[in-house]
Amino acid sequence: MTSHTYSTAKPDEAAAPDSPESGQLDATPLVEVVREARRHLPLDPMKIMECNDVDVYYGAFRAVTSVSLGFGYNEITALIGPSGCGKSTLLRSLNRMNDLIDSARVEGEVTFHGQSIYAKDVDPIEVRRRIGMVFQKPNPFPKSIYDNVAYGPRVTGMKVESMDDVVEEALTRAALWDEVKDKLKQSAFGLSGGQQQRLCIARTIAVRPEVILMDEPCSALDPIATSRIEDLMVELRQDYSIIIVTHNMQQAARVADRTAFFTALADEGTGDRTGLLVEFDLTTKIFSAPSDERTENYISGRFG
Amino acid sequence: MASLGSLATVPLKAKREGDKNAKSIVFVGLLWFAVLFAVLCLAVLLIDTFLDGRTRLDGNLFTRYTSEVIPETAGARAAILGSALVIVLTAAMAIPLGVAAGIYLEEFADSRRWYNRIIEVNLTNLAAVPAIVYGMLTAGVALSIGLPRRIVLCGAIALALLILPVIILTTREAIRAVPQEIRQGSLALGATPLQTVWRQTLPSAVPGIATGSILALSRALGEAAPLLLLGGLVFVNYDPNGLFSGYTVLPIQIFNWAQQSQLAFQQVASAAIMLMLVLLLIMNTLAIIIRNRYQKRW
Ligand SMILES: Nc1ncnc2c1ncn2[C@@H]1O[C@H](COP(=O)(O)OP(=O)(O)OP(=O)(O)O)[C@@H](O)[C@H]1O
Ligand SMILES: [Mg+2]
Repeated sequence: MTSHTYSTAKPDEAAAPDSPESGQLDATPLVEVVREARRHLPLDPMKIMECNDVDVYYGAFRAVTSVSLGFGYNEITALIGPSGCGKSTLLRSLNRMNDLIDSARVEGEVTFHGQSIYAKDVDPIEVRRRIGMVFQKPNPFPKSIYDNVAYGPRVTGMKVESMDDVVEEALTRAALWDEVKDKLKQSAFGLSGGQQQRLCIARTIAVRPEVILMDEPCSALDPIATSRIEDLMVELRQDYSIIIVTHNMQQAARVADRTAFFTALADEGTGDRTGLLVEFDLTTKIFSAPSDERTENYISGRFG
Repeated sequence: MASLGSLATVPLKAKREGDKNAKSIVFVGLLWFAVLFAVLCLAVLLIDTFLDGRTRLDGNLFTRYTSEVIPETAGARAAILGSALVIVLTAAMAIPLGVAAGIYLEEFADSRRWYNRIIEVNLTNLAAVPAIVYGMLTAGVALSIGLPRRIVLCGAIALALLILPVIILTTREAIRAVPQEIRQGSLALGATPLQTVWRQTLPSAVPGIATGSILALSRALGEAAPLLLLGGLVFVNYDPNGLFSGYTVLPIQIFNWAQQSQLAFQQVASAAIMLMLVLLLIMNTLAIIIRNRYQKRW
């Protein structure tokens, strides 16, 4: 983990000998890393997760209608669209967090490595361990920083040689280690909002998921904390597939490899507004030459 | 733009004069009187009891049994030990049951099921049932299973039944106060619902549960009615020594003494009342300290 190249890049091009320690992107500007990465993206993603004709209902109300899209291995996929179009709903259905909402129901198929996560014999606990989630509001546990990170490995019964190492590694990857290494035993509530959010990311990484879902992870943070998290996402992209919901168009444009634009349309039958996938493509294409007029209106701020 | 200037010249309104008029002074005065009256009555009662009982607030109160013949040295030893035993047993039965029921109802019960809804509605009603009813219930059950009703176990069962609804409701409230984000955070890491309850929800709810439980127990400590109904009104001059032992408790002992005509009994009753008030005060203070100390950080 000494450089910010991606698997498809030629190693001698980017692996500068003086490349910075992991967790620091300052030497290679984010823009450069992302631009380089995008150059090597395949047209269609190598799918780690896929939605096939997914409908999500709350009781009789259909919040999301007929969504089909694939999420790439080690890519960042952004979900954007106006408020209420079902982005969070769709995101929660990707790791069965909506099982916790009594009225929620998913139709269609959500697959992870080709296996349906809603199949009868699939354990939702296992699904959530392998598909982690970071929430909009930082939600550290009322425990020490150390225990926050160690919680996941402990409850999932992960075999670890040294919990200290697991905690250090997770915090380092979340670019938080230097700030907290002297106060690991202190309450997580003593951290700033941005630090808390990175702690939540560290906590998620500690159980070694394959996919990380993030629902507006920066919306409660200031611009500096936001940019740190964006750096972090690009850094994590090497080992994780990330799916992020964001209202911040620049954020999607900055970090995401692919972007899906959703909108809410009134259902012909019931008149309820339901979420639809309008367009899904490479981020560069979505932001420079979208093929749907609604996408263009939205990203240019004419509709919102 | 021009209007900005005129906007800025509108002065802030002066403080209204009416706020200090006669009407409001009378009103505030009445409120003060109401408070003073309540506090004064309480103070008079306390002082009177203290003066009555002060000569008997001594070692004898704790070490001697009550006596029918020498009221001058009668003590509350049997009642103190009886109260302690009954309360400990009550807590041992009511708290685990109540907390478990509260957790089930709040975290696992599907509130759309009719039987869970019936339980919910009835819990609130149960909390308002007069204490004596629980005495009758316990007496009935004891009779039907052939248990003597004057024993420690039956008294504790009646009191446990009495405070069970309160503990369940307290537990539910304390659990509900734990933010949903904590549970979601735990579950999203691959914890099971049971782990989430044990390691996140319950620890966060413990201060609330403790506060409520202590308050409920202090109610049980002062309760005489259900135990009277179970036949607790007897002279006990031995230490209770187990679940099946006869016993008496402080409120019943006080009731017992207060019925006697001799002045010495009246005085020892007052002394016992002071003792009970101090105990209640300690328990309530403890509850408040726990509540404030561990006040939620979210
Ligand atoms: N728990 C729920 N129960 C019932 N309806 C819900 C629930 N959560 C969301 N909805 C409805 O589903 C629709 C989609 O909501 P969702 O939160 O997924 O939108 P969103 O795109 O994430 O919006 P935002 O950008 O504001 O976060 C909305 O109409 C919302 O009212
Ligand atoms: Mg949302």
